[in-house]
Amino acid sequence: MDFAFLATQMVSGFSLATLLFLNASGLTLIFGVGRIFNFAHGSFYMLGAYFGYQLSAVWGLPFWPAILVAGAAAGIVGSASEYLFLRRIYGRPHEGGFQILLTYCLILIFDDLVKMIWGSEYKSIAKPPGFLGAVQIGDVFIPTYNLAIIAVGLLVVLAAWWILSRTRAGRIARASAVDREILGCLGVNVPLTLTVVFGLATALGGMTGALAAPLRSVTPGAGIEIIIDSLIVVVLGGMGNFWGAWFGAILLGEVNAFAVAFVPEWSSLFSYIVMVLTLIFRPEGLFAPARIRKA
Amino acid sequence: MDLPRRYKFGLLWTAGLLVFALVPLLMTSRYQMNLAGHILVWGLFAVSFNMLWGVTGMLSFGQALYYGIGAYSVGLLVTRVGAAWFFPALGIGLATAALISLLVGLLVIRMTGVYFTMLTLAFAQLAYQVTLKWRDLTGGDDGIQGIIPPGLLADKTFYYYVVLAVVFVSIWVLKRMAYSPFGLVLRCIQQNPERVRFIGRSVRMNQLRIYVISSLFAAAAGALMAGMDSSIHPDMLYWTTSGEVILMSVLGGINRFFGPFIGAIVLILLEDVIGAKTEFWPIVIGSVILVIVILFPRGVVGEAQHLWSRFRGDSSQRSPA
Repeated sequence: MDFAFLATQMVSGFSLATLLFLNASGLTLIFGVGRIFNFAHGSFYMLGAYFGYQLSAVWGLPFWPAILVAGAAAGIVGSASEYLFLRRIYGRPHEGGFQILLTYCLILIFDDLVKMIWGSEYKSIAKPPGFLGAVQIGDVFIPTYNLAIIAVGLLVVLAAWWILSRTRAGRIARASAVDREILGCLGVNVPLTLTVVFGLATALGGMTGALAAPLRSVTPGAGIEIIIDSLIVVVLGGMGNFWGAWFGAILLGEVNAFAVAFVPEWSSLFSYIVMVLTLIFRPEGLFAPARIRKA
Repeated sequence: MDLPRRYKFGLLWTAGLLVFALVPLLMTSRYQMNLAGHILVWGLFAVSFNMLWGVTGMLSFGQALYYGIGAYSVGLLVTRVGAAWFFPALGIGLATAALISLLVGLLVIRMTGVYFTMLTLAFAQLAYQVTLKWRDLTGGDDGIQGIIPPGLLADKTFYYYVVLAVVFVSIWVLKRMAYSPFGLVLRCIQQNPERVRFIGRSVRMNQLRIYVISSLFAAAAGALMAGMDSSIHPDMLYWTTSGEVILMSVLGGINRFFGPFIGAIVLILLEDVIGAKTEFWPIVIGSVILVIVILFPRGVVGEAQHLWSRFRGDSSQRSPA
């Protein structure tokens, strides 16, 4: 096994990890802040990919603006879903189950809507000009687009960390995770906060979908594939733990990249094995501080 | 109707049995009998699932795992070893499901809430991937075709009556269980696990018990389905199968024992009617469930009972949402 091969797999694992992280960070943001488990998060990823396709491949918008607009559009759909549907079941007995169910309905609806509008055949977006080739370092060829994805991912991590920990908006978001009632008493519009956070989270998902579209083709079933991987990432890192999700994504991305290289036939099993092992031995996530387990 | 409650129940029970027993006699096509058979099997699957969720409060997103074990035990043994193995295969399927649900159960019951749901989903998806990739044994995504049960069972009408008998007996057993002291403890676990410990009952032990029992009946449903459709495919272990029984339970009402069964009837008929008109039936089902979740969380059965008691001006029977 030569070094060049290992390095190539490493980089490919990193870019996969970045995409997983970007998507999972939306999932973990909304769970951390709103205690909302959005099973339909993958559908917003898929919507973003289709919006990106429509904007850049059909309407001819340049690539990077198209991705931003696609993300924003997915975020608007997300906010609307929260405002119209999810908001109505907060605080109900069995709420967790009903959240999963309601977002499951959204998956069914969005999947079919996408099929109605764009048909069920594969769609793809061309890589942006300037990111078509590869960079050579020694014997290792790295596609520049993969590097761009990694860079965007790092940028988003830093921006999200800064917003959450250094701004007033971030403080409000974190406070609503701790105690919504007191926050409301302090004069903060809590329902609006949740709608906005939900919109941001789904916008992240949508942007990731558009960003991933040049690498993975766009299909109506894309949302399902990505949601399960993102779930694994979130569980690895610990629900609602932003930095944990990042490590979880890298772990899963690398495991996947090397599994594909060494045991291609059984590669799809590895994600689940990692998840099962983690949940058995560290159910709070690999990077959460040790706590007393709830009975 | 001022009959005592137990007679009223016996009446409904008999009426339900009669309706399903008459289907093969009144049917205009074999297709309708098949549809009724599907309702019975899915009804059993959904009722057994709801023993976990509605009764005990454990939302498993992985019951498809046991449904698949039942189906593949029958499918593999009948096609590979011989048709006469149909009943032994049923037994082997149940035993395998019991063993695996015991091992998986020991791991998953340590988790609560969303973690429990996700871990059950992960185990089921793991099993799905193994089924999909292990082509030599399971036939991969082609599944297994030509599962013909032996002797009289090969006759579709006879098989239907066998299914009817098995499903009704199973549901009767589950119902007895739900209203037994054991069922009461399960309800307590959902409402207040702390107090279950105070009265000297083990929460974990009872959760494990109901997990294994529910999985056994799911495996039975899968085995029955394999004989009815004569073919099985890995999608029976996919997460959408687990999702289907959750939808049925909510549709019918998770706080009523027969809710999931009614939900199975409604969902399968809806899928049949809408599926014949348009390929976009998921969007219709999704919208219907969405409305039910938001506006009628009690489900079809719960809302009907609620309306009935309002109609009679009896406010004491009002059910908790």
